[in-house]
Amino acid sequence: MSLLTAPGQATQTLQWTKKDLLGLRTLSADEIRLILQTAESFREISLRPIKKVPTLRGKTVVNLFFEPSTRTRISFELAAKRLSADIVNIATHSSSLSKGETILDTVHNLEALKVDILVIRHAAAGVPALIASQATSAVINAGDGAHEHPTQALLDLFTIQEKKGRIDGLNVSIIGDIAHSRVARSDIWGLTKLGARVTVCGPPTLMPTQIEQLGVKVTYRVDEAIRDADVLMLLRIQHERQETRLVPSLREYRLRYGIDRDRLAAHAKPDVLIMHPGPVNRGVELDSAVADGPFSVILDQVTNGLAVRMAALYLVSGAPKVDEAEA
Amino acid sequence: MDAVSPSGFRDKTKVMDAEAIHRSLVRIAHEVVERNKGAQGLALIGIRTRGALLAQRLAKEIETIDHHPVPVGALDITLYRDDLSRIAPNPIVHATEIPFNIDDLTLILVDDVLFTGRTIRAALNAISDLGRPRTIQLAALVDRGHRELPIRADYVGKNVPTHLNQRIEVLLSELDESEAVLIDARAEAPEAQGAPRHGERKPT
Repeated sequence: MSLLTAPGQATQTLQWTKKDLLGLRTLSADEIRLILQTAESFREISLRPIKKVPTLRGKTVVNLFFEPSTRTRISFELAAKRLSADIVNIATHSSSLSKGETILDTVHNLEALKVDILVIRHAAAGVPALIASQATSAVINAGDGAHEHPTQALLDLFTIQEKKGRIDGLNVSIIGDIAHSRVARSDIWGLTKLGARVTVCGPPTLMPTQIEQLGVKVTYRVDEAIRDADVLMLLRIQHERQETRLVPSLREYRLRYGIDRDRLAAHAKPDVLIMHPGPVNRGVELDSAVADGPFSVILDQVTNGLAVRMAALYLVSGAPKVDEAEA
Repeated sequence: MDAVSPSGFRDKTKVMDAEAIHRSLVRIAHEVVERNKGAQGLALIGIRTRGALLAQRLAKEIETIDHHPVPVGALDITLYRDDLSRIAPNPIVHATEIPFNIDDLTLILVDDVLFTGRTIRAALNAISDLGRPRTIQLAALVDRGHRELPIRADYVGKNVPTHLNQRIEVLLSELDESEAVLIDARAEAPEAQGAPRHGERKPT
């Protein structure tokens, strides 16, 4: 980005008017670009000696996580703090939810405390959307079941845009457990909307039927997915869930689908990007030599995630409130 | 003479043309050099969008006079606005690009129109988050009055007395089709209730 250039006129007119950020399926390509452009402006703040701006002073953000998470929760927490918002973390095992309170009761109680933004993760698809429909606060989906994880996909798009200069026309292969991955779904929506060609690859047991209907190519052979790919996105084998029953063994998964240096050398483009949403199972879907190698942008993804989440908090906090929009 | 503004607004009077803008910048450049006894330790920071363009031009004029490189940065003050909670949707954020350390420099803050002073207040807060300059001075192409904060400019291109509800538009050739400062001629029109001011959007 060049110094002192005039801001783009095309995006200038588009403004963010949605109360919530629930997924990429419901966003237009222009709305996705607006978030990425806003994130670009926020990135510089984290490079300053004083990493804080007063923008969301007086706003309260609640991290409501019904599923364990470290990096997403911390990323949202730091994003809120760098915008001067107040943030409260609720881990459900230590809350009244373990006493049998319903999710909506929890949300209504939080709203009675006048919070502004709810960041929600839940193991069941659709919970953030349900809460968003009942709450006046803005809701950001931080991952729901195998449905969507919008901020992860946005930081993936941001990182590709940053490293490759474009998204339109690139070949992106997503490799791993497509069936259980909300990251894969959000990435597919975002990448196809911005003009990338997406290939998904994984064992047939971890491949949802009719995934082609999302506009992606399917292959079960990893060498084919690597060939011609500008970006390889590896997904985590979630062996803490029941997925080990769906593949014979982690060792066999590694042999057939794991990315190591030899496989890259044999098939990959010389400027391929290696991405992973983390946490990495080293030696399963990705060998250490590749995860730490010159093509890996895994830590850039983490850095960019902060800017993307700052942008998301900023944009939803400014959307017109329901009562005002109706007035 | 009338001109058509980017917003398609007619009925505008030209208060400065390209020549006048250029002469003002040259004069301000001399004043800056005189007051600071040269251009050493000087840096310009323009407020996006048109202040940043003016800062670049002013830096060139100062370099012509004093033959010293003058670093230029661009500041976006959106994140420091005091009316964010009153406007929806949130305005688009552009990047702040100040590729040098501002500590102990003499900073000249450059904006196109000085009005309520709230933009300058936001810019001062933004700068204090970036470092500690030795001193900050303010240059504005147009001072239209109606300050709401105790702020004044050190260098002014032209003082233009205005009504509160009048609009001033600065057109620069880098960004616009022409180069001029325009004021809408409907000064005596009945004041619209709660008309949005420069740099502020109508609260919803």
